Amino acid sequence: MPDGIAMPLSHMRPGQSGMIVKIKGGFGLVGRLNGLGIFQGKRVKKISAMIARGPVTIEVDRVQVAIGFRMAQRIIVALDQ
Amino acid sequence: MRTILLVGNPNVGKSVLFSRLTGVRTTVSNYPGTTISYTRGFTKLGDEKLEVIDVPGTYTLEPNSEAEEIALKMLKKGDVIINVINAVNLERSLYLTLQLLERDTPVVVALNMWDDTKHRGIDIDLEKLRTMLGVPVVPTVAVTGEGIKELMESVPGATSPSGPTRSRDERWVAIGEIIEQVQHIRHRHHTWLERLQDASVKPFTGGSIAIAILVLSFFVVRFIGESLIGYLFEPLFNGLWAPVVLRVSSLMGGSGFLHDIVVGKLIGGEVNFVESFGLITSGLYVPFAMVLPYIFSFYLVLGFLEDVGYLPRLAVLMDTIMHWLGLHGYAIIPTLLGLGCNVPAVLSTRILESKRERFIASTLVSIAVPCAALQAMIFGLVGERGGQYVVIIYGTLFAVWVILGIILNHSIKGFSPELLIEIPPYRIPPWKIVVQKMWMRIYGFLAEAIPIILGAIVIINMLYFFGVFDIISDITAPVVSGLLGLPKEAITSLVIGFLRKDVALGMLAPLSLTAKQLVVASVVLAMFFPCIATFVVLLRELGVVNMCKAAGIMIAAALVTGGLLNLIL
Repeated sequence: MPDGIAMPLSHMRPGQSGMIVKIKGGFGLVGRLNGLGIFQGKRVKKISAMIARGPVTIEVDRVQVAIGFRMAQRIIVALDQ
Repeated sequence: MRTILLVGNPNVGKSVLFSRLTGVRTTVSNYPGTTISYTRGFTKLGDEKLEVIDVPGTYTLEPNSEAEEIALKMLKKGDVIINVINAVNLERSLYLTLQLLERDTPVVVALNMWDDTKHRGIDIDLEKLRTMLGVPVVPTVAVTGEGIKELMESVPGATSPSGPTRSRDERWVAIGEIIEQVQHIRHRHHTWLERLQDASVKPFTGGSIAIAILVLSFFVVRFIGESLIGYLFEPLFNGLWAPVVLRVSSLMGGSGFLHDIVVGKLIGGEVNFVESFGLITSGLYVPFAMVLPYIFSFYLVLGFLEDVGYLPRLAVLMDTIMHWLGLHGYAIIPTLLGLGCNVPAVLSTRILESKRERFIASTLVSIAVPCAALQAMIFGLVGERGGQYVVIIYGTLFAVWVILGIILNHSIKGFSPELLIEIPPYRIPPWKIVVQKMWMRIYGFLAEAIPIILGAIVIINMLYFFGVFDIISDITAPVVSGLLGLPKEAITSLVIGFLRKDVALGMLAPLSLTAKQLVVASVVLAMFFPCIATFVVLLRELGVVNMCKAAGIMIAAALVTGGLLNLIL
C-alpha cells in the first residue's frame, strides 16, 4: 500500500506506480479526469514521459491515457514502497 | 418512429456497431448551432422501422465539453439507449452506464470487443453483470458482426431501473463492487503487441518507431501509386484510349472551339494527355491516371494507421512541437488528413477544444499541407525534373507550416490547451473494415473531383477562347513576373487553382518552365488560396470574418514565400 513519498505525476519515473492522493484543479479538470477513470484514490502506473516537458502516459485499469505535462503537474501521486 | 440512441465512450467501436445496425444509407448532420456532428440511420426490428442515432462519444453525462453537452441533450430524444461498452475496460465504461441507468430511458448494454477479453485474460460473469445492472447485457464483436442479431432481439427487453442518483464517488464505489463480483483477471505475460505499444510512447523508441512508420508509409504510398500509374493507367490510356481520342478528334474536324473543349489541342498531331486540356483527354487522365492512384495508396496507408490505433501515439510524440504552433498533439490528425484532402482535414479540426486552435489548425492546413491530388501532380510534373526539386517544395511547405504556426501562436490571444487523450490498444484491423473505409473515401473523391475537374476544363477553354486570360495576365504581370519570376501566363494556373489544384498544376505543363520556376509555381499554388471545396468548408467552420483573416494570411504568406524562393534559388 502506498505510504511512500507523494509527488506530481510529472515527476515520477517511468515504471513507477502509486495511488492518486490529490488533483489540484477546478471542477472542470477534476470532472474531465474523472470521466477517464482518473480520480483520487485510483492506482496509476507511469508508462512514459516525452522529453522537453511533453505528455505523460499512464496506465489506469489497463487503459493508457496521455496527459499534457502541465496537467500532470497537478496530479499528486503517493508512490508505492 | 421510435429512436434508438447509441451511447458510449470514444474508441469502443460504436461507429462500427452503428454501421452494422444501419447499413450504408446514413447521414451525417450537425447539431444545430454547433460544430458537433452525429450520424443518423435506420434499422428494422421485426416490422418496425427504427431511427438509429450515433451520439458523439462521451465519457460522462456531466457536460465537460461541447460534445458531451450535445450528447446530453440528444439523450432526451431517445426511446431506447444501446449503451456500447468496452468489455476489456469495464471499470471505465461502467461510469457512463451507471449514469444512464439513473435516468428513465430504457437501456440495453452491448458488451463490445468481447473477443478481446479472452486473449487478454479477462473473465466476465455475464449473468451476474445482468443481475447487478438490471438490464439486458449482450456480448458483441462489432467488427465481425457477432452478437448484433442478439443485440437487436434484446431491444424490446430494454428496461430502466431508474436507480438512485449518485455522486461521482458513490458511482465509483458501486463500480468497484460490480467489478469485484463480475470480473476476474488472469495473470498473463505481455504480448509483443503490448510491448510495442509501450515502446511507441517512449521518447527514444517512440521517436524511432514514428520515423520508421512515416518513412515506410511514404515509400509504400509512392510504390503503390507509381506502380498503378506505370503498369495500369498509363498503358490503358496510351494503348486503348488514345486511338479513340484521335478518332473523335478527326470526327470533330481536328480543331475549333467545340473540338478544343472535348478533345483539347493535339500536340504535333498526337494526344498529350497532360497538355491537351480537353474533357476526354486531360479531363479524364488527370483524375484517373495521375491522382486516383495516389488517392488509393494514400488512403490505404492512412486507413491502416488509423485502424491500428497509431495516430493517438503520434499525437503524444508530436505534442511538444505542436505546442510551439499553438496547438496540442491531437492537431496532428487534421494535419495528416490534410495530406489526403484539405476538406475532411478542416472538418476534423472540430476535435480540437478551442476556437483559437481550430483557426490556427485550419489556416495551417490550408496553407502548408498539400492535398494528395496536388502532391500526385507535383510528383508527376516536378519529379520528372529531379527528386531534389520535390524535396525543396516539401521542405519549403514544412518550414512555412512551422514558422507560420509560431507566428500565429504568438500573435493570437489565448493559450494552447493541454493534451488529454485515451490511447487505445493496438489492434490488427480486419481488412474488410479498412477496404470499406477506403472505398468510401475513393468514392467521395471521384464524386467530388470529377465534376469540378470537367467543369474547370470547360471554363479554362472558354477563358482562353474569349481572351480573358490575356487580360488577367497583363494586369497581374508585375506580381507574377516581377516578384515570382514566372511567365505572366502562369497566373492562369493560380486562377484555376481556386477550382482544382491538380488541374491547375497541369496547366503549367505547356508553359515550358524551368525547374526553378516550377518549384516556385508549385509552392505558390499550394499556399496562396484553398480550392473551392476547402474554401466552402473553411467559410462554414470559421465564419466570414475569420475566413477573410485566413485568406489574407494565405495570400501574404504565399507571395512572401514565392518571392523569397525566387531570390534564393
